[in-house]
Amino acid sequence: MRHNIIDLVIVLTQKEMKVRYKSSFLGYFWSIANPLAFAFVFFIAFKIVMKIEMESYALFLIAGLFPWQWFSNSVNISPMVFLGNASIIKKVNFPRNIIPFTIVLQDMIHFILSIPVIVLFLFIYQKSPSLSWLYGIPLLLIIQFLITFGVSLAVSSVNLFFRDLERLTSIFTTLFFYFTPIIYPETMIPETYKPFINFNPLAPLVISWRNLFLKGTLEPFYLFISFFYSILVFVLGYQVYRKLSWRFAEIL
Amino acid sequence: MNQPVIIFDNVSKSYPLYHHITGGIKNFLFHLPKALSSIKNSRYEVLKDVSFETYKGETLGIIGKNGVGKSTTLGLIAGVLKPSKGKVVVRGRISPLLELGGGFHPELTGKENIMLNGVLLGLTRNQVKSKMDEIIEFSGLGDFIYQPIRTYSSGMYARLGFSVIAHLDPEILLIDEVLAVGDMEFQKKCLDKMTGFKKSGVTMVFVSHSMEDVEKICDRVIWIDNQSIRMTGSPKDVVLNYSNLN
Repeated sequence: MRHNIIDLVIVLTQKEMKVRYKSSFLGYFWSIANPLAFAFVFFIAFKIVMKIEMESYALFLIAGLFPWQWFSNSVNISPMVFLGNASIIKKVNFPRNIIPFTIVLQDMIHFILSIPVIVLFLFIYQKSPSLSWLYGIPLLLIIQFLITFGVSLAVSSVNLFFRDLERLTSIFTTLFFYFTPIIYPETMIPETYKPFINFNPLAPLVISWRNLFLKGTLEPFYLFISFFYSILVFVLGYQVYRKLSWRFAEIL
Repeated sequence: MNQPVIIFDNVSKSYPLYHHITGGIKNFLFHLPKALSSIKNSRYEVLKDVSFETYKGETLGIIGKNGVGKSTTLGLIAGVLKPSKGKVVVRGRISPLLELGGGFHPELTGKENIMLNGVLLGLTRNQVKSKMDEIIEFSGLGDFIYQPIRTYSSGMYARLGFSVIAHLDPEILLIDEVLAVGDMEFQKKCLDKMTGFKKSGVTMVFVSHSMEDVEKICDRVIWIDNQSIRMTGSPKDVVLNYSNLN
């Protein structure tokens, strides 16, 4: 029905990138500064103060924090994406899901651009990237894109109807951050609680990213669960969006 | 000239009042039974059994007091709202003229915003590129086109917005009271452009409170009052009746 969908995605993504980089000329560095600062804080707290027994903990931290940053950035901004484009939504009939799509796409690009920093840390710890990245990275990118887009669709749609969802969203991303093995390895979780991490859609994904970056391996078990979750979350999120989207112009 | 391109067939539109959820999730959950019943029962009817047709090449004016459903009518034509009852048929590509600053991003330059706006309204990037010089020329913004538009005045916003829409090759143009902010010179330019559109067979729906403009460019005028069409006819008659009432 619209012949310019791809152009629309390109222009909207360019807009997001330009806006983000134009207002601060250190643009790219800001987008990696955040996860690096977190890595620094956790390193001080756990490695230096609490003396956790782990090799190359700094590398371990950023291998999980960078993908997490993509997810949490996209999700935390989601409540605002339709609200911020109210004037267009009220007047122009176009597929509204393009807006969250470009938000997630844009954060994905930032994540890809931050991979060299992970490589740098690998070299610092005398390791090197593996050939398996060639298929592993695209695979995990797709999985994470689907999960993130699904959550973003649901959050951005529902927030139009319940405007205080924004506050809940940031509480939930913080909770999930600590429930996901990012600052600790999954092997340290006590046996009793271990089965629970499989109920967290993000845990197998983050574990997969970290294994890929640190060891160059992709465990089929985690890959399979995270793929399953990505489809599930995407379908659910899309349903929520589909049910609500025709009311957007009414409520804005 | 006599093929209808916009058909409203007994269209009613009512909005839920949504006051049950303006308090957010917390309020909704704490007052669940009350909230649920209010979803079902409280609706506000804007239009009731409205029927009209617009023919190809015609310029239709819509007048009426604030809040009677003029913008809702435009929303229904644009396809961003669904009728609660009845049917809306539209044949042709619709170009809505966005309200001030709608579809613009304040941090981007005028030029970048032309691209953004043009693509949002349905052009491809190449189409916008090929028309870029023409659009900038028409806007008369000069070197301001390279400045972020947060530095623009509201009149300059309107110039930019109309310049984009004027070069879209629209089939059906929806204009919702936006020209009022431009200066005399630019308003004249817009009216000229609209006269040009008329000649080339563009269908236009024009919502305005400026009776002078309505009389000048419309072929036919609909007066909406109290949820329905109070009067349809030539601009002169309808405007006269409308003005007498106020």
